Amino acid sequence: MSVTTRRTRLAAAALAAITAIGGLAACGNDDEPAAGEKPAKLVVDTFGEFGYDEIVKQYEKDTGIKVELRKTAQLNEYRPKIVRALATGKGASDVIALEEGILNEFKANPANWADLAPLVADHSKDYLPWKYELGKAPDGRLIGLPTDVGSLAVCYRRDLFEAAKLPTERDQVAALWPDWNGFIETGKKYRAATGKGMLDSVTTASSAVMFQKGGDLFYDKEDNVVAETSSSVKAAWDTGVAMADANISAKTATWSPEWSAGFKQGTFAATFCPSWMLGIVQENSGPENKGKWDVAAVPGGAGNWGGSWLAVPEQSKYQKEAAKLAEYLTNAQNQVAAFKLKGPLPTNLEALKNPDFLAYTNEYFNNAPTGKIFGDSVAKIQPLHLGPKHQGIKENAFEPALRSYESGQAAKDKAWEQFAKDAKTQGAF
Amino acid sequence: MSLPATTAPPPPAAPPPDPSTPRRSRAHSLTRLDLKFSPYLYIAPFFVIFGVFGFYPMLRTAWMSLHDWNLVGDHTFIGFDNYTALVTDEYFWNATVNTFGIFLLSTVPQLLLALFLANLLNRTFLRARTVFRMAIFMPNVVSVAAVAIVFGMLFQRDFGVFNWLLGMVGVDPVDWDAQRWSSWTAVASMVNWRWTGYNTLILLAGMQAIPRDLYEAASIDGANQWKQFWRITLPMLTPTFVFVVILSTIGGLQLFTEPLVFANGNITGGDQREFQTLAMYMYELGIENLNTAGYGAAVAWAMFIMIALFSLLNFLLVRRSVK
Repeated sequence: MSVTTRRTRLAAAALAAITAIGGLAACGNDDEPAAGEKPAKLVVDTFGEFGYDEIVKQYEKDTGIKVELRKTAQLNEYRPKIVRALATGKGASDVIALEEGILNEFKANPANWADLAPLVADHSKDYLPWKYELGKAPDGRLIGLPTDVGSLAVCYRRDLFEAAKLPTERDQVAALWPDWNGFIETGKKYRAATGKGMLDSVTTASSAVMFQKGGDLFYDKEDNVVAETSSSVKAAWDTGVAMADANISAKTATWSPEWSAGFKQGTFAATFCPSWMLGIVQENSGPENKGKWDVAAVPGGAGNWGGSWLAVPEQSKYQKEAAKLAEYLTNAQNQVAAFKLKGPLPTNLEALKNPDFLAYTNEYFNNAPTGKIFGDSVAKIQPLHLGPKHQGIKENAFEPALRSYESGQAAKDKAWEQFAKDAKTQGAF
Repeated sequence: MSLPATTAPPPPAAPPPDPSTPRRSRAHSLTRLDLKFSPYLYIAPFFVIFGVFGFYPMLRTAWMSLHDWNLVGDHTFIGFDNYTALVTDEYFWNATVNTFGIFLLSTVPQLLLALFLANLLNRTFLRARTVFRMAIFMPNVVSVAAVAIVFGMLFQRDFGVFNWLLGMVGVDPVDWDAQRWSSWTAVASMVNWRWTGYNTLILLAGMQAIPRDLYEAASIDGANQWKQFWRITLPMLTPTFVFVVILSTIGGLQLFTEPLVFANGNITGGDQREFQTLAMYMYELGIENLNTAGYGAAVAWAMFIMIALFSLLNFLLVRRSVK
């Protein structure tokens, strides 16, 4: 044991001691509140950008309760924090935002969450019906109130479409692909003209197909894994395979460095955009590409990709007040305010009819009327059922298998077998 | 062939305690107590901290591995079922193969290079030795995530430097994370970059401890540089070398950050799990999946046993081969 390592160990020990003391201090106000006592402060946990900063100021004025917003940039850093709080029974905030991919797995253990139904007014008619239903646990408890949905559109590069002798106006571009065959044909034309792939990756397109079809995806209503027999999954797979065969993608896996760099470099000219993806496209493309991107309707009808709910953990000492805060944050007026600030698409039916929302245009995307484009398609979204480990199956079974086929690492049957096998293990809960 | 240890002269016998002065004898007994127990007190912090942050979690993990354990739900006792499942789990063996493959690709060249560099730095005629010694340690100071991100960029498929260089000599670009050999190479190169200098310094310290007069005697007898290295340096370096090999083994078999960043944070390590290491598989089962935490704990213990066995094997092999 050399001196330096001992010293670092001591330093680590000191640090641990300090954290422990800090932790104890934080637990100092742990006494049970008296019934009906008003909390001094409520803590809200969100990831990405929910646009709540301005909204909670008004809430603080109205109620005299302070609100602390804890933000985490990325979902994959956010999820472990929630898991830790639930696993240890300590440290959860009062209101927690749950993304659709992680909501499902947390619904599998509903005892961790408060039932909101008795705590707030009846909102069963105020939101997109399917979205409201998804906030319910298998045992019927209302776990989350809807915040936003993703909806679907296609982001495309006007300049690259022009170079490939394709139309550039939104309506004409949408007319190129009334259905998925049209999309594949366009991709072939693009490949013939430029020698490049039009689409970023077949997996983004497959996700879109899956969410458009709706119904049962990887699970049936009883939450048995039915990945192999689900018609929606099969349709998504077959579309992905057809696109791989037609060679219309640039084979840049979503979120990879190749993908992020591809926006600036023009590696591809189109990607599938839920509302929340616009910010990511903008960030990756940089200010120098302002006005080059535009938004067109998606082939094959409406669908949804992503979106969240606000939940109150059982650990919270002020469940009633926390539920009221979640109710306030998701009301019509505040959903429109959040959309204008940061872009999460409303789910409240009244908010979706709001003229301010419908008139909104996005400057970066060549002033595309994103409020109207996304708003129109939201109404047509098919209800779908995502099982507990939907995200795990999608990201660790479906997409890798499809990419393996596209890159030629696995034959078609072999890739499907791999998916079926992994779906079983990833989907168990 | 270690030198015979010089036996220390026997300690002078303590003077018998003088019964006529009780005060002195009490002080004396205090001193005796001090001598007896204070060393334990001095080393206590490490053991206390190790107990809390090392030993207890190990036992807890062992306990978890005997259960069907949901991280955010309940758990039931199932005995050794997790371990029997491991034996037939093809992804576990896939991860094992990957871990050992990357380990060999990174450790063998790394230690050979470290030995070579340490020998160079040990030469007496080398100028600015301190500068070189510091420079060689620099890569180890940089955070592992930063190294992995930079290397990830270098090994990019579309705009990576390595593919650009390959293109200069007319070779097709390589999709680095799509095959075993290329992904292993990429991950191993990150490990080598970070740890070669570190191991060089440890070996150098070992070389510095070898008495100079041995070399002088050998020179007089007409042994050349190479013979001296082979006959004096290597045998005398054995204990250090064993230490370095075991450290590399422990580090290499716990490889996690480099392949994870190389896979863009995807815990499965490639579409076909081409470079998913054991530590990644453990994390996937134990933390990502929530409901298989007990199985993940079993993977952790399997790793522990593997590392222990492998270190022992290393120890025996290195000791024998150098002899």
